[in-house]
Amino acid sequence: MILRVAAMVAGMLAGLGAACAADIRAAVLRVDYPALAPISRFERVPDDLGFAGAALATEDNMTTGSFLGHSYVTETVAVSPEDAAGAVDALLADGVDLFVLLARDDDFLTLADRIGAAGLVFNAGARQTRLRDAECRANTIHVTPSHAMLADAVAQFTIWKKWPRWLLVQGSNPGDRALGAAYQNAAAKFGAKIAETREFEDTGGSRRTDTGHVLVQKQLPVFMQGAPRHDVVIAADASDVFAPYLPYHLWDPRPVMGAAGLRPVSFHAAHEAWGATQFQRRFEALTGRYLMEPDYDTWLALRVLGEAVTRTNGADIAALRSYILSDDFELAAFKGVPVTVRPWNGQLRAPVLLFDGRITVSVSPQDGFLHQVSPLDTLGLDRPESRCTAFE
Amino acid sequence: MLRYLVPALIAFAAGPAAANKVFVSNERGNSVTVLDSDTWEVLTEFPAGNRPRGITISPDGRELYVCASDDDLVRVFDPETYREMHTLPSGPDPELFVLHPSGNPLYIANEDDNLVTVVDTQSHTVLAEIPVGVEPEGMGVSPDGAWVVNTSETTNMAHFIDTSDFKIKHNVLVDQRPRFAQYSADGTKLFVTSEIGGTISVMDIADGGAPTLVDKIGFEVPGVLPEWLQPVGARITSDGKWLFVALGPANRVAVIDAETNAVVEYIPVGQRVWQLGFTPGEEFLITTNGNSNDITIIDVAAQKAIKSVQVGQQPWGVVVAPD
Repeated sequence: MILRVAAMVAGMLAGLGAACAADIRAAVLRVDYPALAPISRFERVPDDLGFAGAALATEDNMTTGSFLGHSYVTETVAVSPEDAAGAVDALLADGVDLFVLLARDDDFLTLADRIGAAGLVFNAGARQTRLRDAECRANTIHVTPSHAMLADAVAQFTIWKKWPRWLLVQGSNPGDRALGAAYQNAAAKFGAKIAETREFEDTGGSRRTDTGHVLVQKQLPVFMQGAPRHDVVIAADASDVFAPYLPYHLWDPRPVMGAAGLRPVSFHAAHEAWGATQFQRRFEALTGRYLMEPDYDTWLALRVLGEAVTRTNGADIAALRSYILSDDFELAAFKGVPVTVRPWNGQLRAPVLLFDGRITVSVSPQDGFLHQVSPLDTLGLDRPESRCTAFE
Repeated sequence: MLRYLVPALIAFAAGPAAANKVFVSNERGNSVTVLDSDTWEVLTEFPAGNRPRGITISPDGRELYVCASDDDLVRVFDPETYREMHTLPSGPDPELFVLHPSGNPLYIANEDDNLVTVVDTQSHTVLAEIPVGVEPEGMGVSPDGAWVVNTSETTNMAHFIDTSDFKIKHNVLVDQRPRFAQYSADGTKLFVTSEIGGTISVMDIADGGAPTLVDKIGFEVPGVLPEWLQPVGARITSDGKWLFVALGPANRVAVIDAETNAVVEYIPVGQRVWQLGFTPGEEFLITTNGNSNDITIIDVAAQKAIKSVQVGQQPWGVVVAPD
């Protein structure tokens, strides 16, 4: 492998006469939080979560860079929440100014501010809409979709299905409520009606479901009974506390969407359309496991960076940022249409896959939802409603 | 199988001499459908390995080559008996390939491994492996056989490989997801389709083979979202006048005046049109339509679709036997 890469660099640089050398050093910083194990073993968190996507993206960028004289080095750092700021300081002191962050929303903001205007930050994990709204940051490109984009993707599908009456069930943690608010906005935006909002209380370690399926089967239907007429149950469970138990344990037989049943995702390991099969195979050959959303979001963040380096033929932060935010920027991301970036808040425009756990059931934006700029702008916060001013 | 084969052979024998066999690879059906270019009737369908995609035939019409992508090899069939004669090593996940105009060697894009593999069709051995960009796909060969152009879908380049020493001599950045490279018959132009970029990069080719990017062709169809206008397969008439481009999910083939680079017509065909193939005299152009499981036959002079014919599951590539 090393021999091959070396040969490529030597043999192929001649191709593009104007090639200028550039060394791109980026860091992927992942903040690991103390958390319960996921409800399903299938969602067990691997040690290389996100980093595996970074490894593939770096290989991809290196291959392309070998024709242009660009080389890429990606450092991956996993830290506790307490050590995150120190880790950023150390990387900055070491000369790194390109960051991919996998952190929760409040920590994301703290770290992005610490990196400051001299750096460029890619958000691959924080999904709350406020980071793209009043709390946006000029140094940040949000590669991962916002809660608003994900909720809008589900809302469009329910409207396309003519299932407009929702029973919204949200968790009791702040993140769950923020997600619930995104679904309420989505309902208002696309004309769905929320028949009732119910809150499922997170009682901490003693999950209602710890006792196994026998009690879940008895207790969850009781929690769900007595709801007004509805077509679909929407689950807003950002904390992974209850949603996976909802399908088959409702009172009224209805489809579940959101955090269980039909889930809006940036990507999933079964997706095959638009050339995704070859991407999945490359990922699996490199890492020995299936791809997860943070892997895709991290891969995409580094590919956005790599594409900007390729097209601007350099590593100047200001030039990279302005190219990524320009109309010229577009990137193929195995979603059938080019992904681009909203220049007014730094959010990547991308389709959202609707995944049932085995296959891609549908992809939003749905047919018929139009927008004067791009159909992709029917998903998430739109320019007229945004309070983001950092990009002006 | 026999039940279909016997009447088909009789019908073929009774047909006019001008008829050629049309071979369509069915990516999901794991088969090749054979049609008659005179009656456009299906003669037979035969198994062709796992996930057959790229398909081509030797200049003498004696060997039919199929990229069996999931078998990691090229299967070679007898176009008369449909029996597998032998296989060729291809490297992993062969998708698309191109034959040297002389019939040897075969240049294969290995999508999973960032390689172009060169295989001798006589000795059945690998002559070279050439590292290229990420997800190599499109393969074009210059009419004099001196150059092979590979397009890499994630690197977004056209790599110009010198066939005398298998070294890359030129790289040209094009738009997102380049899928196909097509030289004009006189070798002075090269067209590269970019599926996600929605454009065709037009290059002038100098005498020594060096490319210069001179134009980009875009597409516009009223009532069709621009995102769905995704150029994939392309073929140009040998007089250099008309370039036909399959537009994928737009379900249309664009007709481009190759002298002015203006799009003059959009011909409606089946769903998710992928690859194209001419009949030997260029009277007809055949399109593979992956989502409607059919092919559409276009009258080249009239620039109109005349017929669609059901084939196997998810037709991918097409080639017509020479006269």
